[in-house]
Amino acid sequence: MNPVSAVMRRELRSYFVTPVAYLFLVIFLVLSGILTFYAGDFYERGQADLQPFFVMHPWLYLILVPAITMRMWAEEAKSGTLELLLTLPLTLWQAMLGKFLAAWLFIGLALALTFPVWVTVNYLGAPDNGVILVGYLGSWLMAGTFIAIGACMSALTRSQVVAFILTALVSVLLILAGQPQVMDFFHGTLPRQLVNAAAHLSMLRHFQAIARGVLDLRDVLYFLLSMMGWLIAGVLLLDLKRTR
Amino acid sequence: MIETEQLSRRYGKLTAVDALSIRVEPGQVLGLLGPNGAGKSTAMRMIAGFLVPTSGTARVCGHDVGREPLLAKRLLGYLPEGAPSYGEMTVREFLQFIVRMRGLKPDVAYRRFDEVVQRLELEEVLELSIDTLSKGLRRRVGLAQAIVHDPPVLVLDEPTDGLDPNQKHAVRQLIDAMARERTILISTHLLEEVHALCNRVVIIARGRLLADATPAELERRSRYHGAVSFSASGSGMSQEMLGRLPQVAAIEVDSLDGRITVFPKPGERILEAVEMLLRKQGIEVAEIQLERGRLDEVFRQITTEGGGDIDAMAEVRT
Repeated sequence: MNPVSAVMRRELRSYFVTPVAYLFLVIFLVLSGILTFYAGDFYERGQADLQPFFVMHPWLYLILVPAITMRMWAEEAKSGTLELLLTLPLTLWQAMLGKFLAAWLFIGLALALTFPVWVTVNYLGAPDNGVILVGYLGSWLMAGTFIAIGACMSALTRSQVVAFILTALVSVLLILAGQPQVMDFFHGTLPRQLVNAAAHLSMLRHFQAIARGVLDLRDVLYFLLSMMGWLIAGVLLLDLKRTR
Repeated sequence: MIETEQLSRRYGKLTAVDALSIRVEPGQVLGLLGPNGAGKSTAMRMIAGFLVPTSGTARVCGHDVGREPLLAKRLLGYLPEGAPSYGEMTVREFLQFIVRMRGLKPDVAYRRFDEVVQRLELEEVLELSIDTLSKGLRRRVGLAQAIVHDPPVLVLDEPTDGLDPNQKHAVRQLIDAMARERTILISTHLLEEVHALCNRVVIIARGRLLADATPAELERRSRYHGAVSFSASGSGMSQEMLGRLPQVAAIEVDSLDGRITVFPKPGERILEAVEMLLRKQGIEVAEIQLERGRLDEVFRQITTEGGGDIDAMAEVRT
């Protein structure tokens, strides 16, 4: 069997051996439900779509994804299994990809389990299910970016807590980068071009377009390239550890 | 075959491994011996491809570990220090994971899995999670992981650490049985293990190679080599007589059990002379023994001596 899928399967199984996976799923489902129906004005808006649902996802991922990714490499480094894994015949890339895919599939499962929300909105009205599907896809792409950041941060340190905090920090910066309040703050101090360029890195900006059902290739590329970038950084960090 | 050429590794200012060049051939079991912190594990990590050398190269069956890591790793079975494994997995899951990672074909995989489980006596713990196992069992799981793909080269970092005497014996038998066509590098700080397992010993300290010899050659460097020891009752008188023998250099009496050790002058054989003298004196000897030499003493001597003598040792070697 291919080493990538062997690593992926091992990771996925390790989620479900500990309570982490179940805890994550329950919290994700409960929070996404509560936020959608109470904080998101799902009923009051009087529209049959899942906008209020998707809008909450960046904030859910901000807290929950680091909890999944923090142990990815930090734990292996701490327990010594990193030495075992990296002396098996696979490349760092394959190891990274296997671990990343495991986490990404897991978030995919969490997203799939939110189907009652979709059932509800279809029961209450006649939403555009294509838009909803695109929204799910966008959310999953965004989750992948969060995971890639987490994978990189976990490769950086042996401490899971440090990995969690760094991941959340980088994530919140990337979420907020394009927000008007943040933009206004920096417009006073930094060159306009730089601030505008930074705004394009904003996850929220790219996600909001997809969540509205507009599947722009540029937004998809943004997420795919971000994932690749963070994963490459993570692999480089791991490689650096071997020489230091 | 394992070859290292001027293999070095520095952590900041500390030199963990200093220009280590060794060559282990198939059929050899080389014991890497050294005090704690001598650089044994670091050297093994570089051979296994986990750490990148600061300078120098390591090759496994001709494949440069740095340039062709996958080829080298495929031919290598490696037991890292402390035998790390994924604690939340059961023994079966863990070994199956390794088998998958090793890319064994299904029929080979089944056969090897059964063989390894049987050899390391893991049948009864297959369904237990590794976290719940004793230290000795974990070590056996680690060994199983290292040999499951039947590699031609084995690098085992302290394979018997934490095992009880029976398990140690079993693991030594296992390594012995595998030794014939394979290249095996083990590290240990147990000198008895060197006797039991290795046909070659490399002693390192502070990252430098200090001796490379067979266990018997090392024993010959001991001052106990060729000495005769015995315990006898009322032997106060015999000491004086023994001292008068022309071949004898010194006599020591163990203050605890009164055992007498007679040291020969260089190149002399004294067993017959001592026996004859004792018989002539009519001394009842409970038991008499010709010493082969004590590895622990040689080890201490080699690893604690200053640099001057180390160079002399290196000269002897080359």
